[in-house]
Amino acid sequence: MSALLDARNLGRTYRMRQGLFGRVLDIHAVDGVDLSVAPGETLGFVGESGSGKSTTGRMVLGLEPLDAGEVRFEGEPLPPTGSPAWRRQRTRMQMIFQDPLAALDRRLTIGVQVREPLDIHDIGAREERDERALSLLSLVGLSPVHAARYPHELSGGQRQRAVIARALATEPRLLVCDEPVSALDVSIQAQVVTLLQKLQDNLGIGMLFISHDLRVVRQISHRIAVIYLGRIVEEGTAEDLFQAPLHPYTQALVAASPEPGRGKIRRQPLQGDPPNPADRPSGCAFHPRCPVAEARCRDSLPSLTPVDGTRRVACHLVSRQ
Amino acid sequence: MAALLSLRDLRVAFDGVATLRGLSLDIAPGEALGMVGESGCGKSITWLAALGLLPRKARVEGSARIGGTELIGAPPALLDDIRGGRIGMIFQDPASALNPVLRIGRQLAEALRLHQGLTGEAARAEAKRLLDIVGIPDAARRLNAYPHELSGGQNQRVMIAMALAGNPDLLIADEPTTALDATIQVQILDLLGQLRRERNMALVLISHDLGLVAEHCDRVAVMYAGQIVEEAPSDDLFARPLHPYAEGLLRALPRLTGPRQPLDPIPGTVPDMRALPPGCAFGPRCPRRINACRSTQPRLREAGRGRRVNCLNDTASPAASGTSGRMTGDAA
Amino acid sequence: MLRFLSLRLGRAALTIVLVVTFAFVVLRLSGDPAMLIMGAEASPEAIAAFRASWGLDEPIWVQYFAYFGALAQGDLGMSMRDGRPALDMVLDRVPATLALTVPALLIKIGLGIPAGIYAALHRDSAIDRAVMVLAIAGFTVPSFVLSLLLVLLFAVKLGWLPSGGNQTLLHAVLPVLTLGIGGAAILARFTRSAMLEVLNQPYVRTASAKGVPWRRVVVGHVLPNAMIPTVTIIGFMVGNLIAGAVVVESVFSWPGIGRMLVTAVANRDLAVVQTILLLVAATMVAANLIVDLLYGVLDPRLRQAPAARGGH
Repeated sequence: MSALLDARNLGRTYRMRQGLFGRVLDIHAVDGVDLSVAPGETLGFVGESGSGKSTTGRMVLGLEPLDAGEVRFEGEPLPPTGSPAWRRQRTRMQMIFQDPLAALDRRLTIGVQVREPLDIHDIGAREERDERALSLLSLVGLSPVHAARYPHELSGGQRQRAVIARALATEPRLLVCDEPVSALDVSIQAQVVTLLQKLQDNLGIGMLFISHDLRVVRQISHRIAVIYLGRIVEEGTAEDLFQAPLHPYTQALVAASPEPGRGKIRRQPLQGDPPNPADRPSGCAFHPRCPVAEARCRDSLPSLTPVDGTRRVACHLVSRQ
Repeated sequence: MAALLSLRDLRVAFDGVATLRGLSLDIAPGEALGMVGESGCGKSITWLAALGLLPRKARVEGSARIGGTELIGAPPALLDDIRGGRIGMIFQDPASALNPVLRIGRQLAEALRLHQGLTGEAARAEAKRLLDIVGIPDAARRLNAYPHELSGGQNQRVMIAMALAGNPDLLIADEPTTALDATIQVQILDLLGQLRRERNMALVLISHDLGLVAEHCDRVAVMYAGQIVEEAPSDDLFARPLHPYAEGLLRALPRLTGPRQPLDPIPGTVPDMRALPPGCAFGPRCPRRINACRSTQPRLREAGRGRRVNCLNDTASPAASGTSGRMTGDAA
Repeated sequence: MLRFLSLRLGRAALTIVLVVTFAFVVLRLSGDPAMLIMGAEASPEAIAAFRASWGLDEPIWVQYFAYFGALAQGDLGMSMRDGRPALDMVLDRVPATLALTVPALLIKIGLGIPAGIYAALHRDSAIDRAVMVLAIAGFTVPSFVLSLLLVLLFAVKLGWLPSGGNQTLLHAVLPVLTLGIGGAAILARFTRSAMLEVLNQPYVRTASAKGVPWRRVVVGHVLPNAMIPTVTIIGFMVGNLIAGAVVVESVFSWPGIGRMLVTAVANRDLAVVQTILLLVAATMVAANLIVDLLYGVLDPRLRQAPAARGGH
């Protein structure tokens, strides 16, 4: 199957000065990331803060420059950011953020904001746009009443629905969702996740779903990649990745995720602080916190290696099996 | 066992809008109680009200007693002794919960002076010991650090150390790990559990995350629209929730293990506290609502061993509906 | 730190050069000092001679470089009117101006900050509202209106205080009050909003939750944070010690820098105007520099570059 989105060897490096007149450091926020999304497929992207998961999401849209690698969308390389071709391309690839209130303009009604992309990109006849905006709203479960409201008059879940409706206005093929439900309450979270799944089923959209929440990612994704300090450490299908995690970091994430009914399991919590991209350990970046690290983990960087048909793992101890 | 702390018909209103609508709850010494619910349900307000930490415009009624001492309406000097003394409290975002312009050591020493009368070198030594207890490496040097120089997880450890300074009988942890990464979350929750067992300190864990509460608490109170809707031992609650809202929350929660099933979200949104429905606040969203729910406000009633439920529908009972009002008697 | 200081000093020097250049150009394009000083009846020969003696017949860029050449050697030029060194004339007036602005600054701080703190701690009380109404009045009423009102009341109607001049200490009371009240109003408002912002911070609740008595929460936790933004305003006021009294000095005929500036501008007394502007720019820049350094003292977060920590 040809990929909708195909990114190879993505790299992003920030330069940062340490202290007022210290030396300049290179921070590899994203390093050698490969990913692909097929039409109608959701790739889950899981990681903690500083893992580079959001940077990767912006890179595939051209919102963040690539220091290495290449992004292809529907087989074509991504046009230069800001060019007319890129802007046309962006109607096919939309992004949804965590905070819907920040994504909406508080001075405009929801209806106007959902219609706006149609006006900007001159989609459809002018007279039909209002009607199209209303049908988009009904698609995400909002009623015409909501079209006349302002963002602050809606609840958090309704706002995120409005953001999704606006993103769908240009009939995108790809949605990049960066923590789209993290700010929402549990019952509302389930509503939005279910909505996204339904839209995908009906419209065949490909999704890159970025989140720190393993449970939500498992629910919505077909495949899942786990990212640690800018590199993918494990990748597999949603069915079995968290069921049988192979990488020690994935295992720790699974053990750290609360699960009602699993009981009070005994586990060895990971030691140490969350990783700092400015101070990336040598070799396997996870080795200082890894319960099974060996000497070679300190020296050499494990590559992402296929283990069986669907699973790839970047761990010296797993590749050997 | 005698309760360590008892809340009776606690009510809070802001500008005439009730946000906490009559909450009664007992905490036993050394137990871990979870309080779950969505934002605005009153789970945090309950404890801010009990400790007198709400702004003056909040109207607080009812009773909160710890060891025979009434906290509601108590004089400031008494409250200052209880706060950080018998009852410690930690909050959601540790980075902003610590004063950015004061060194860690000074913030710890302040609590030690207030509750143990320690000053100078003695306070410093005790502060270092507390940082050791909560697992901060290189504690002596960290005393001189400012909060922004520590990570989020370390700052939360400092908050816990500060709460321990008064040797509390009860620690209120308000979403203590929501702002932290999953792997750090576990470290903090395990630390809280360990401290609770070692010190026989009761713990109230406030969280929006049912799974987290299930793993770390003996008993859970589920809140909705300013009231407890169900209270039960955690294992029982997750095995068989009685209240339709508790059940809905569990069905809306994606799982990490087992076969993947479509989520079953609760329809609608939480009601506006300024315009609550006349009967049961959950009624309009409830799949098991009966006629009475439209007009009658349910009361928390006994529903089996250690369980209470706030529902008019008899299906929300394990077997027979017990009416022996042990705690509900004064919850009217 | 060294890098920071040299950067700031470089920027300060640039600011001063720009201010002086601007004044130089504007003054020379806006009127002929020779005509003004010699008078309308002066013969063309006399005016030409005056111009030649002050170098005004040279192209403007020659004059400009000559001015900066002299400036580099500490020579600020002579007054065209008095023939005295401009710097001496200006420095002679500094004490008179400071005699107004320094007491006024003390009033601003002594009145404005406590009022702002009190208003914030008793938000929405009658006193809070009164303080805020006064504060808004204090900085919407221009200082010349306020000074005239004070003169009408205390000098004309009650006859308690003189309306102008500088003979006795009593003469200073009205100008100092005029300056002080307006500044206190600004500071009160600013302090109040800084306090309210800090009072809403989670760490204030933390302090209460650990049993710190409210008074000590305010003194030990709220004030140190609320003072950080307030320092900016105080710094600005300190920077204004020289230039802040132009209007008030004119109204009360107080022989300070401000009144000298007004006269010198009217007379196109180039060297004097430029010397005053140089002095004003230098004090403002110095005050700004001190504020920036104070920030580092008050706020530990600014002591190190944000780059030292990464992650998010």
